[in-house]
Amino acid sequence: MKLNKISPFHVVSTVILLFVVIVTLYPFLHMLAVSLSGDAYVMKNEVTIWPKGLNFNMYEIVLGDPKMWNAIKNTIVYTALGTSIALVVTSMGAYALSRTYMAFRKGFMMMIVFTMFFGGGMIPTFLVVRSLGFVDTIWGMVIPGAVSTWNLILMRTFFAGIPKELEESGRIDGLNDIGVFMRIIVPLSKASFATIALFYAVGLWNNFIFPLLYLRTPDLFPLQVLLRNLVLAGSAASGDVTQIGGDNQIVEESLKYATIMVSSLPILMVYPFIQKYFVKGAMIGAVKG
Amino acid sequence: MAHTSVTPGVPDAEEALAFERRRPDKWRRMWQQNKYLWLLFLPCLIYYLIFRYAPMFGLVITFKDYNLFRGVWASDWVGFKYYRMFLENPDFLLLMKNTFVLGVMNLAFGFPAPIILALLLNEVRKAAFKRFVQTVSYLPHFISNVIVASMVIMFLSPTGGLINEMIVALGFEPINFMNEPGLFRGIYVLSEIWQHIGWETIIYLAALTAVDPQLYEAASIDGASRMRKLWHVTLPGISFAIVITLILNIGSVLEIGFEKVFLMQNPAIYETADIISTYVYRVGMEQGNFSYGAAIDLFMGIISLIFIYTANFISRRVSETSIW
Repeated sequence: MKLNKISPFHVVSTVILLFVVIVTLYPFLHMLAVSLSGDAYVMKNEVTIWPKGLNFNMYEIVLGDPKMWNAIKNTIVYTALGTSIALVVTSMGAYALSRTYMAFRKGFMMMIVFTMFFGGGMIPTFLVVRSLGFVDTIWGMVIPGAVSTWNLILMRTFFAGIPKELEESGRIDGLNDIGVFMRIIVPLSKASFATIALFYAVGLWNNFIFPLLYLRTPDLFPLQVLLRNLVLAGSAASGDVTQIGGDNQIVEESLKYATIMVSSLPILMVYPFIQKYFVKGAMIGAVKG
Repeated sequence: MAHTSVTPGVPDAEEALAFERRRPDKWRRMWQQNKYLWLLFLPCLIYYLIFRYAPMFGLVITFKDYNLFRGVWASDWVGFKYYRMFLENPDFLLLMKNTFVLGVMNLAFGFPAPIILALLLNEVRKAAFKRFVQTVSYLPHFISNVIVASMVIMFLSPTGGLINEMIVALGFEPINFMNEPGLFRGIYVLSEIWQHIGWETIIYLAALTAVDPQLYEAASIDGASRMRKLWHVTLPGISFAIVITLILNIGSVLEIGFEKVFLMQNPAIYETADIISTYVYRVGMEQGNFSYGAAIDLFMGIISLIFIYTANFISRRVSETSIW
């Protein structure tokens, strides 16, 4: 079969795939373009994916809002602390579960897998978090999500794939299980740690339900809650940003787009570089899960 | 273990004694062998006990008149009061229907979509183009639900929303999409597909790489057309992945993501957009009726459990594929 033969099937499938690409990218490019355009062009609906009357006014307003900076700071703190805690707890647990000789391993696994199918639900979990005194504290953001069953099983699969010989050399040198984990397994699994860390970090950065359920004080709100208050709930609890856009619907639109761009920029920017780690993680989950 | 008893099956006194003496040894040896691993597992165990199992025991409040100030144990028992209350609630059928219909629609359209995309990607010969499409289509999976819901609502806004601008440019009246109860489900399902279609191709693409290329060659020699090869080689090759994903998806039909529905809904479209989890949030968290909210949640949790069990059971019978 000739490689560059063009069949109708090929034309159709290429068109469909290009359609997927356009439908995915267009909204982001449009939001970026509108947020960078002059008001007059936005009002006349002349902006598609290329900014007209380029200016950064909207970004000056968004980034000039102290609430925005506070929310960014909160999100960064929750993401960094939450990812660290989650990585420590998950990797230690996953390593223990990957050792087939651990007593009660089957029982522990069953206990963990069962939670994938059944749980206490939103309200009893809230009551537990509340009774621990985590409501309206940073701990409510980082501890209740410290282990994701999916990531735990993924990491267990990573560890189970490390050749036994590597660990035996450590045992001969007199290391116990903790020593083997710290000195041999962790240094060998940097890529897996990076993958799982990214999964946790994205989850924490995007987390909306924890702050919705567990936070009350606006000063503790992360970006997602601020974003929701600004973009979805209008100006109810939003403060300066929307008041400036106030009576002009269209300007408000570019302001909202600017806010969306600011809060998704970190992920959009690093995404192309870290994408392969995500895919690697998902692949392993797919093959073994 | 060597048995030295004279009468088979009846251990003599000496052996029984030896056994008694060995028993603590056995436990001690087990402890010696496992203590470091158990120590590593301990934080994980505590996490699961506190954040996954304690809430299950907390479900006892569904049989009580739970009061924040009296606590779980001091609150009065009320039996099935809250379950009856839910079953007798005029909104009960509507909520069940909304949850079920939204879940089934999401399954019916959201499940085949990534399979089709994966099959199309599999036919692409230029590796660079394939990688480009993959990279782009995975992207929305990493965007938060808040942003996706914001984008949907803003693009569909009747005043200056992107979609309505197009509709107006074509000479039609703008549509107030987010206030039309009849449109919510379609919008939700489309937004779910937009968000996850690319990411969900990964499992199928992984399965596709495992299909033996010799099978395609053999099929070509037999004169099979492209569609025939797709039907007889590719699909059977990934059927395992399809079945497993299908079981998991059927099992979670009723577990529609709370966040996105909550963010996209508004009171004007509750008649289609209000589902069990958002109702639980309103009743339980906003109105403070913890027992009632938790009872509804448990009711649905059990139905969900039955769903996944049934899906797995049927699959094991029909295709000998199952998740446990």
